Parts: sequence; C-alpha cells; structure tokens
Amino acid sequence: MTDTRNDSLLWSAQAFIWAEADMLDRRDYEAWLALWRDDGFYTLPIGDTQDFDNALNLCHDDAHMRRERIKRFQQGFSISSAPPARTIRTLSRFVIEATEGDDVRVRCAEHLIEDKFGRQRIWAADLTYTLTVTPDGFKIRHKVARLLNSDGMLNSFSYLF
Amino acid sequence: MTIDNRIELVPEPDELVFKDHIRTPMYDDAALFDAEMDRIFKKTWVWVAHESEIPDKGSFKLSQVGRDPVIVVRDRKGRIHVMINRCRHRAATVCEVKQGKTASFQCPYHGWGYGLDGSLRALPYPEQYGDDFDKAQHGLLKLRTESYAGMVFATFNEEVEPLVEFLGPVTKWIDLFMKQGAGYPVKAIGEHQFSVPMNWKIQLENTTDAYHFPVVHKSFLQSLDDETEEVFSFLEQGKGYVEDLGNGHSVMVMIPELVDLEDNLDAPIPERFQTLAQELRDEGHDDQQVRRIVRAVGGAGFNLNLFPNVSLSLAFFRVLTPVNVGCTDVRHIAIGMDGGPDAANRARLRLHEHFQGPMGFGSPDDAEVWERIQRGVQGGAELPILINRGLEDEQPGEAGPRGHISAETGMRAAYDMWKRMMQS
Repeated sequence: MTDTRNDSLLWSAQAFIWAEADMLDRRDYEAWLALWRDDGFYTLPIGDTQDFDNALNLCHDDAHMRRERIKRFQQGFSISSAPPARTIRTLSRFVIEATEGDDVRVRCAEHLIEDKFGRQRIWAADLTYTLTVTPDGFKIRHKVARLLNSDGMLNSFSYLF
Repeated sequence: MTIDNRIELVPEPDELVFKDHIRTPMYDDAALFDAEMDRIFKKTWVWVAHESEIPDKGSFKLSQVGRDPVIVVRDRKGRIHVMINRCRHRAATVCEVKQGKTASFQCPYHGWGYGLDGSLRALPYPEQYGDDFDKAQHGLLKLRTESYAGMVFATFNEEVEPLVEFLGPVTKWIDLFMKQGAGYPVKAIGEHQFSVPMNWKIQLENTTDAYHFPVVHKSFLQSLDDETEEVFSFLEQGKGYVEDLGNGHSVMVMIPELVDLEDNLDAPIPERFQTLAQELRDEGHDDQQVRRIVRAVGGAGFNLNLFPNVSLSLAFFRVLTPVNVGCTDVRHIAIGMDGGPDAANRARLRLHEHFQGPMGFGSPDDAEVWERIQRGVQGGAELPILINRGLEDEQPGEAGPRGHISAETGMRAAYDMWKRMMQS
C-alpha cells in the first residue's frame, strides 16, 4: 500500500477499536460509554439481517439501554454479572470499508474466550463500526457485533462483544 | 419372543416424587433421563412449531420431539406434517436447512426423493430392489400431528387422546393469550436460543415460579420506569394465583387486569406506551383500535405452562428441548401481529430483547440460577428438593387446586403428570 492517508486512517481506527476492546476486557464501562455518540446504536443481530429496527436482535441498544445495561452489570443485583465471566479477546483483520463525510466504516474479526465456573467458551464475531471523526477523536455511531453462530444455540452473556 | 427394553430404574418414579418434595436423581440421573425420553417425550403431545413459522405451501422448519429431529412442513393442500429427518434407505438426514421453502426433500447420499407429505416419490435405479419393493412402505416416518390456535403438536403415540382433550381447560387460556394479536393473527417474529447446563425439568418448573422473580430479576425491575416496575411487582401485590389445569399443565396469573386484553380498554395508556400510541394515532388508527393494540403490545398477564415442553409466557413462547440429563436447549420465540402496524411490532421486538435471550436483562440471570441448581445437586444427594410452597392455603380452583401467586402449585401439577407417565 502506498496510500499513506488510508494507512493512517486504518491505523487510527485500529488503535481506537483496540482501546475499546481493552476497556471491555477490563470492564471499564464508564470509559466505554463515553466512546459513543448520543444517537449511537450497539447491535448484536441474529442471522444476516440488516434491518435491525424491524428484526429481533440479541440486543439493539440506544444510549438509554446502554446505560441501563451497564448499570445492571455494575450494581451487583444481577447474579449472572456478579461476578461476570472474565474475557480475553483479540481483534484482527481490519478493513476500512468506506468513508463518507465525517464517518468511516471499519470491520474486523473478534475472537473472544470467556471463563466462568472453571469452564471456557469461545466465540467469534464480525464487528462492523461506523465511527464519526470529531475534534475529540472517534465517536461510535453504530457498532454491529455479528456472532458467527448468532442464529444458533448460544449461551448467556454477562459481558459485551 | 418379545424383548423387554424397559429401562429398570433405581429408584422407581414413586420414590422420587412426593407431594411436597422431589429427590435429587430427578435432576442428575442419566438412566432416568433416558426413561423420560421414552415414557414422556415419545408418549405425549410435544409442541413443534407455530403455524406462522410455516406460512405457505412448501414452508418447513426443523424441530425436535424429545431427542428425535423432525421436519415440520406444510404440503400443497395446506396440511401440516411432522416427520423424522432421516432417510429410509441409509438414515442420512434429508434436510439441514433450519427453515425455508421447498417442493420436496431429497437425500444427499443416494438421491431418494420425498414429497412434502413424507411419501417416497422416486429413487435412482429402483430395479435392484425387485418387483415387490413397495414405495408406500418407505416414506419418512410420520408422527401424529394436531394443532390448536396455531400451536402445532406432534406425538409418536397413536393411542394418545386428541390434542384438545390433552389440553382440556388450557384451551381457554390459549385463546386469551392469543388476544395479544389485537385482532391480527399472532405471528412468530424471531427467536432467541440458548443452551443451559441444567436438567429440562428445572426449566419446566421455572415458568410457573413467581417466587424467584423479585430476587433473580431485581436488575431487570430496576431498569424499568416506576409505573412498569409497579406492574411487575406482582408478588408484593399478591393479587394473582397459580392453578393446576390438569395433565401437568398450569397457569400462573401475575397481573389479573391483563388476563383478558380486550377488557378495560378504557384504562389509561401507560406512560411507556405514549409514544407508540401517538405513532398509531398518526397512522390513522381510531382511539379504540389504538388502545387495543397498545394493550396487546404489553402482553398477557399470565404464564401458561404446558407439560412437557412449551409455555405461553406473558408475551412470548418458551420452548425447551432436553439434550441430556444435564443440558437443555431453550428457545424464546418473539410473537407479533401479522399484518399489524410496524410500530407495534417494533415495540414488541424491543420489549422481547429487553428481558429475553442471551443478552436480555432477565434470561442470563435465570440461566445462572438454573445452572446453580445443576451444580448444587452434585452435593447432598440425600437432601430433598422442596415443592411444598403454598400447600398450606391451596383452595379448589376452576380446574384444579389453586394456590398463592408464589405457590409451587404448578410444579406439583407437572410432577403429578411426570409420575403418572413414568409409572405407566
């Protein structure tokens, strides 16, 4: 690649998404909430649907639901989150799909291993981000985490992808 | 000579289920599980699909009857068939697509082709089977299939009573439940699926257990607005009840005002549905219709728990599939209004996502406590598992014993049926 401008966009998007992944593994959810635009959506779809509003998803969170979800994780009344499974994730295979105005669409692969009750489970997902460039860096407009087996038999999740 | 393949159980069913408790092997005895698959899941009506999942001629979906994988399909005449997903030649599955539409099923191994009704239509090079080969004897193995109000059940048992008799007083409650279509047909609009390391009966019990709700679902309750939290505080209000409906079925009424969704249409529209109500008005629905739809969107005020594998719970269908003694697959099927307003169906989807499924605010906590039971029974095998709550003030109801909203009346109903079936 010789296009240094795109290389630099890829690098900064990667750095942002890696930092987000680190927050999620460390459960630094306050910092995670601050990464979002107010009108942003966090979606785990089922199957190959694109019409998230009119389909059943695993979650399809606006700002209010994201805050409620984090509160649920943190307040200690949810037995599945107290304690939650611990996670280690790696993200790779980053591709810039498109840029439009101040938005950039990036996708990558996520491998996540969870550990609870002495049992480890492994999950794979395609992540697609729509990030908006702002004076304070990227803000997430939409994050879609599509599990490889999203329409299959899953388990319950006490963490975020 | 006949071969007696009945599994000898130690202990026997009547040493495991009592009026006020059950014994530990109920959750962790593998031989008992095998016997249950034989004496319950092969002997009674098992829910396999909602008719809206196979809407057209040629529509099919894969399902399970106990451990047997089945295809549920609608033929060209609109009749529904349930048949074992296994070629009659060398046993390969004839379908591995979860849901779709087809004109026939063809085995990928040697090309035997079956019609939508399971009949064997054609096979390559048939002459080697000789003249007396009878195709009529080689159709897919079919189960007896009957429906009530769109709920499709199948059974291996040719002797079992007709479905409506098996359901008995349940049919009245199914009719009430389906009023959440608000005049539109009820339609399956997606599902959450998750597997839990637990015995299937732990799930069966849970849908009739109101006692756990304020404890396990505290974090869900906290995520609601005050008005809705009040609606879901049915245990404190204590207005509801649990009633044994016979044959292992039971109903748990949590919110009596929402038993009949066509009643009380003049009640004020809850705050959380004001935006939806306005959207519906803007679409041109009259006031009465808006009220009816909005009320339906919130779901019914009861859980109808059917033995052995399905429940109609508030606003969704809960389906369990036993996998092995310590593993159960659970599906939460979202339902909406077929042809109803998109805004109403979107509201239903968001409500379903809020509580149900792998990332809901409710199901993961349920799954955690169910697994904790399965882990707990690894110790203290001599200890009883109590099902005596509310025995004290149980009264005769319309169909059977009726107990307090938090009574374990529904579990006792299910275990009565369990014992009856396991002993026969």
